[in-house]
Amino acid sequence: MGKKILTVDDSASMRQMVLFTLRGAGYDVVQTCDGVEALEWARQSAVDLVLTDVHMPRMDGITLVRELRALSHYKFVPMLILTTESSTEKKMDGKRAGATGWLVKPFNPPQLLATVARVI
Amino acid sequence: MTLDLEMAEIAKVFFQESREGLDVMESGLLTLGTTADAESINTIFRAAHSIKGGSATFGFAEVAGFTHGVETLLDEMRNGVRAVTAEAIQTLLQSCDCLREMIAATEAELPLDQGRIASLNSDIAHILGERPQVATAPAKAPAASAEPTAAAPAAGASGWRIVFEPAADLLRLRNEPTRMFTELARLGAVVVRADASRVPLLDALDPEACYLSWDIEISGQIPRAQIDEVFDWVDSQWRAEPIPAGNSAAAVPAQLDPPPEARPVSVERSPAVAAPAAQKASPDSGSIRVATEKLDNIINLVGELLITQSMLCGFADGIDPNELDRLRQGLSQLARNTRELQESVMQIRMLPISFAFNRFPRIVHDLSRKLNKRVELKLTGENTELDKTVLEKISDPLVHLVRNALDHGLETPERRSAAGKHETGTIELGAFHEGGNIIIEVRDDGAGLNKAKILQKARERGLVAPDQELTDEQIDNLIFMPGFSTADQVSDVSGRGVGMDVVRRNINDLGGHVQISSKEGHGSTIRIRLPLTLAILDGQLVRVGKEIYIFSLLAIVETIQVSKDRVNTLVGRSEVFRLRDEYLPIVKLCDQFGIEPDSRRAEDGLLVVIESDGKRAGVLVDDLLAQQQVVIKSLESNFKPVAGVAGATILGDGTVALIIDVPDLIRSMGKLGGGEVTAHAA
Amino acid sequence: MSTATSASGADKSATETSEQYLTFMLAGEEYGVDILRVQEIKGWDKVTRIPHTPDYVLGVINLRGAVVPILDLRRRFGLEAIAFGPTTVVIVMRVGSGRDERTVGVVVDAVSEVYNVETANTKPPPDVCGSVDTVFVKALATIEEKMLILLDIDRLIGNSITNELVPGVAAA
Repeated sequence: MGKKILTVDDSASMRQMVLFTLRGAGYDVVQTCDGVEALEWARQSAVDLVLTDVHMPRMDGITLVRELRALSHYKFVPMLILTTESSTEKKMDGKRAGATGWLVKPFNPPQLLATVARVI
Repeated sequence: MTLDLEMAEIAKVFFQESREGLDVMESGLLTLGTTADAESINTIFRAAHSIKGGSATFGFAEVAGFTHGVETLLDEMRNGVRAVTAEAIQTLLQSCDCLREMIAATEAELPLDQGRIASLNSDIAHILGERPQVATAPAKAPAASAEPTAAAPAAGASGWRIVFEPAADLLRLRNEPTRMFTELARLGAVVVRADASRVPLLDALDPEACYLSWDIEISGQIPRAQIDEVFDWVDSQWRAEPIPAGNSAAAVPAQLDPPPEARPVSVERSPAVAAPAAQKASPDSGSIRVATEKLDNIINLVGELLITQSMLCGFADGIDPNELDRLRQGLSQLARNTRELQESVMQIRMLPISFAFNRFPRIVHDLSRKLNKRVELKLTGENTELDKTVLEKISDPLVHLVRNALDHGLETPERRSAAGKHETGTIELGAFHEGGNIIIEVRDDGAGLNKAKILQKARERGLVAPDQELTDEQIDNLIFMPGFSTADQVSDVSGRGVGMDVVRRNINDLGGHVQISSKEGHGSTIRIRLPLTLAILDGQLVRVGKEIYIFSLLAIVETIQVSKDRVNTLVGRSEVFRLRDEYLPIVKLCDQFGIEPDSRRAEDGLLVVIESDGKRAGVLVDDLLAQQQVVIKSLESNFKPVAGVAGATILGDGTVALIIDVPDLIRSMGKLGGGEVTAHAA
Repeated sequence: MSTATSASGADKSATETSEQYLTFMLAGEEYGVDILRVQEIKGWDKVTRIPHTPDYVLGVINLRGAVVPILDLRRRFGLEAIAFGPTTVVIVMRVGSGRDERTVGVVVDAVSEVYNVETANTKPPPDVCGSVDTVFVKALATIEEKMLILLDIDRLIGNSITNELVPGVAAA
């Protein structure tokens, strides 16, 4: 498939799970554990989808989405935030910041793939 | 199947990550008492949130469920909804402990301590202001199918009418209407009508904006939840009404969300919890994390070693006297390379002492609460490095010393004020390097040692002769004698009197020293000296007869030659010699080890004065040889432990030399300990 | 040192019904040890004595950086000790298994051969078996009209080492 996905999550185990699942489905995956680093990287590179956790030190996922949307080459890139089931405000905050949608934790690999396929 | 195996592999990462997260939580909670700033609380919250998310993702529902309560409490705190109270912090700390055990038990596939979990859940619930009731488990295990099960629409509805009026940024945000319509089409027959009335004229048109809205009819018995799913991400931009069958007025179908799974908290004590706490053995004892620079350094040195070696090989063929100089140069370079390589390898095993110091904030926190004392813990020199094995073995003795300082050294706040001191006592833990050793100090500003009481106790126990005069320092260090405790009341923390002598023995066995100095009313300082490594010894070679033995330099006080008049025979058997103002026993290795010496007379040889466990003795040797660093080889790998022998080493000439076990030698001297027999110099 | 060759004419290697043994002489008797346990054969060299050990523990040597104990089998079996010389042989063996694995050398009079011994040709040891406690003897074998005493070397060495070191007490 060759589509490229940027994933941002400060949890190593979540990163590994997502990496394994997405790579297994043929996606090209770039990972980082930090929002600031993700933003820096994104200034120079383009992807087909951004997948980011919300609660992270330094820069949270919603701020990251907002910052990415300000980059011209990220204006139309689908972006999904990873939220937990009860945070409706986070979902709305995400939308307002420019997220395409969200994926609710906990999710399993098939759910991840289905949601990614929806937007990529 | 591969998926499960892989997930299990990744779960290991989760376990490690959770342990680290719990450390973050614990140290954060400990500082929260003094500085309850938003960022600190946030950090703690995030750690809990991560653990909750991860445990749910990997299917550890109980861990996720318990963490949820913790997370909720932390969430309220970080939102300012709930104050940060000492009680809450304590409950959260205990929850961290519980989570640690749960993670360990889950990893080892052992049962969880349900009683403890339930009890903490009720504490948390109490704080949250709810009555402990049926807890909702928010950790739904990921459903097998992506479709939520939901109630069917009210009977009689034959479909839905949906009006979708998206916001202008719909397309920009990649919420594709066509994708939504395709998904709808999978649910039933769909008719879509677009409404273009809001599309402006070309010159006012923003090409990125969406001006369309749609009227959609979908027929079929479709649960509302499935429609919700399609429009999940565009909530509030659409609405739906059921299309009644025929013309009967349809009641608005109740929106039935899947009920949260209720899981009753089981309160029965689980019968045989396979002591998950017993699994205290750190899973990492067998491995070590190494900084990459340390490894890179070694790789470089090995490269240089190889070069030097091959250079020397070239000389091996036909040594010509003219080449001798170059050979010598090559050899000394080889020696240099090897030494540097050896130092680098030793470096790999070195870890900062912070690994040991890190336990103390929590220990001090808990203990000070328990004893109702106010304590401030100061740590210095956490980056001081020492060998991994030494670090592991000094950890427990340090805990004992700190607990002791807190229990017996520091006074209660009332007594401290009465003495004109600040109510909060201080305990300082510090480490630094000094001449090839590491020095660790435990300092407190408490009441200090009561010298009179100690001396009295020692006299009562017969450890000190009634008329014996001791220096202040000697009195202080009496507390390291076995069975010695002046605690009026044996607390369960320390004070049973078996502690300090064990501490000293452990430190001596590591080849180190410990001593205490104290000032009544002001406090005490315990100073521990340890070798940096256990694998290499700075040794003193000695000769007895034809055999060569090695003493650790750390254990040698001095080496002297005695004249006949300073040697006395005691009770017709063992000999003692006078060293300044005390008489020390003479240990004859020829007798201990059954070897033939040059001479059996103390005045003919040299006496190596050794010290261990507060006792001293002089070992008679025929000759003092070189001092050198030796690599310690254990006798136990191919043989077994031998009394009096700490290990072996291979000397430069290829022969094996035995290393003397000084603590063992001193211990085996019997009741007549060295240094305790003080006779007045004649 | 001469390398051992397989006997009985045929070049058979050990099969499931037979095992290969290295044999050595000790006070006129021929003993065999499992060849798989034999690491190497050396000449006699200076040892470093170890205190508090029975007389059959001669001491330790440096074997390429490892500290290896050397036992004297004559003394171990209570036989008359002889002087060591240029023909004295040390068989270095790996005994035990797992965490108890040790490298140990034993001094023997001379090394003989490597034989294939068919299990069928062995018989259990009698109650009295020369100088050796039969608990250390796996079996007796007959090869070329000679009797071989096949030793249970793990047991023998294990027992020799772990049994009874006199705990160090000052002899003063």
